[in-house]
Amino acid sequence: MKSLDDLKKIRDAAQSKVQMRGKNEGIRVLVGMATCGISAGARPVMNKFVEKIAEYNLDKITVTPVGCIGECAIEPIVEILQGENRTTYCRVDVEATERIIKEHLIGGKVVSDYVIGKYRL
Amino acid sequence: MIERSHVLICSGSNCVARGAKSLRAEFEEHLSNLGIRHEIKLVNTGCVGLCEQGPFVIVYPEGVFYALVKSKDIKVICEEHLYKGRIVERLVFDEALTENKEVKAFDEIKFYAKQTRIANRNCGLINPDDIEEYIARNGYRGLGKALLEMTRMEVIEEMMASGLRGRGGGGFPTGLKWKFAYNNESDQKYVICNADEGDPGAFMDRALLEGDPHSIIEGLMIAGYAIGADKGYVYVRIEYPTAIEKLKTAINQAKNLGLIGNDIFGSGFNFDIEIRLGAGAFVCGEETALIASIEGGRGMSRNKPPFPAEKGLWDKPTIINNVETLANVPEILFQGAEWFAKIGTEKSKGTKVFSLGGNIKNAGLVEVPMGTTLREVIYDIGGGIPNNKELKAVQTGGPSGGAIPPHLLDLKIEYETLHEVGSMMGSGGMVVIDEDNCMVDICRFYLEFTVDESCGKCTPCREGTKKMLEMLNIISSGHGTLEDIDKLEHLAKMVKNSSLCGLGQAAPNPILSMLEHFRDEFETHVVDKKCPGGKCKALIEIFITDDCIGCTKCVANCPVNCITGTAKQLHTIDTSVCIKCGICKNVCPVDAIISI
Repeated sequence: MKSLDDLKKIRDAAQSKVQMRGKNEGIRVLVGMATCGISAGARPVMNKFVEKIAEYNLDKITVTPVGCIGECAIEPIVEILQGENRTTYCRVDVEATERIIKEHLIGGKVVSDYVIGKYRL
Repeated sequence: MIERSHVLICSGSNCVARGAKSLRAEFEEHLSNLGIRHEIKLVNTGCVGLCEQGPFVIVYPEGVFYALVKSKDIKVICEEHLYKGRIVERLVFDEALTENKEVKAFDEIKFYAKQTRIANRNCGLINPDDIEEYIARNGYRGLGKALLEMTRMEVIEEMMASGLRGRGGGGFPTGLKWKFAYNNESDQKYVICNADEGDPGAFMDRALLEGDPHSIIEGLMIAGYAIGADKGYVYVRIEYPTAIEKLKTAINQAKNLGLIGNDIFGSGFNFDIEIRLGAGAFVCGEETALIASIEGGRGMSRNKPPFPAEKGLWDKPTIINNVETLANVPEILFQGAEWFAKIGTEKSKGTKVFSLGGNIKNAGLVEVPMGTTLREVIYDIGGGIPNNKELKAVQTGGPSGGAIPPHLLDLKIEYETLHEVGSMMGSGGMVVIDEDNCMVDICRFYLEFTVDESCGKCTPCREGTKKMLEMLNIISSGHGTLEDIDKLEHLAKMVKNSSLCGLGQAAPNPILSMLEHFRDEFETHVVDKKCPGGKCKALIEIFITDDCIGCTKCVANCPVNCITGTAKQLHTIDTSVCIKCGICKNVCPVDAIISI
């Protein structure tokens, strides 16, 4: 350890190791992972979210598997919670995942093609 | 692949004793079976503090607190929570859920709400075997700041401004201690971490060593830089094998990164750390005895002055700081003395870690700001006394401290206030005593300990503690007189005033404080020949009351078969045979057995 910069490099690289532990006040991505969700293909979707969020280095976004919300016919369902705002996406596949990350999580704009209103009134 | 979820498994010694060791293997197995092992990070952490509810498993990012987890529960947690995202409510610590069954944040849980974790800032949150996790939480930045931006005197001044005082019990200002050693010129100086935690019931230092060993290493190095020492020792008792193992790992990792070694951060400062193992003698927590032990001699204290800061290890200027004191140091340098000095009271700054035990619901490790009242610690954090019993006293400071009666519960915890009521901060043991305990009996317990642990060098301690124990035994046996109580008090004061070191000077404290606050209980033993707490065997008889439902449990459990009675009939005890062991009292489901 020859300088403080060396320490800071290790620190920055190790941030992802502990960041998740503690209070999470950022955006939460909830992926429906009950039996219905899993059989409809929620697992690769969730993995994609985790992978891409790490890839784009998006701080303060956590991905959580959740249970069934009762709309089994239009799974996989992904909900984005941001403060009081809740956006529900349906029939999310890997392709949709990429759009949601780019347009919604990064761009801040809801991807209207997949919102629940398209499927249910 | 970045893990989406972190599963923290508390692996402090208390949780391990309750079966936490098998949990990791169970997780590995079930997560692999489900094919999601690579998505989940398993982390063995240090103590999270709430030992009574352990073993703990905490799942992030949700922050779900699973308590009293058994190995058979892991399958359900993996299948339901980690695979399907359904929190297993029945396993969640009851106080960690809201009325709507929503998960509370860590600091909303009552046990943690009133705590401020500075010394324990990383305990239970990071993997102690991974230096990178410590660095990610700003570890070693305090050291970097000290070495590169501050002179040695500035570090000492910062410590003095912070108001940090020794957490081992004495409460001596840490900065001032460092200044003495700084001012003593010498070709070689030493710093020592006193990890010889010996009070019965105290485990704060062990939890810190096991859960965050790097904070102690960093603190020791900062102390070394400040006084001009390039060599540090950690004196730890061999009774703490896990702590020693974690410490060794931590030292090796720090050496590999060049954080221990030569020219640290390019500052020109060199430092090396060695672990020295003690055999577990209580007196070796006293600094001069500790030094004798490191030098290879018999652990015996000597007269002070000269103080170690002047003539310590191998006659060189040495400072000795307690584990908890050192754990505070890096954070003070990193966040600044001003930040630290805002926490606590005028004379006692910062926080204090207590190991809360005895008759208390949430036994465990708590860290509170100085100035918190005993009532808050016992009722708000500790959850009060179990089984609807009344509080009789709070014992602080272990065998060197005293008992505080219930009417003083609103006392703010500070070095001075505790001293004024005849107790002391000590290293942080806090034993809650309920109405079913006898003060004479508790005094006997502590005196038995000090008689065993007295090093024997000075007469007042060697003979005095033994005589005091004999007098307590006479009182407990019902053969005592009022005069004996006065004699006991007289002798206690004499031992306190004339012993060589802290062990003997503090050994009479339990007796003196109990005589001050609970003298009537001692008098009941000698005048009425009764033991109100029902503990002194010579003074009690055990009876079965009419509440007996005739369940025969006591009959089955009595070791001397002195209880007679058939099912659904009132049982009776043959008191001529009864050995008053109290087992029947413990097994009775309706509390029908009493001792008078």
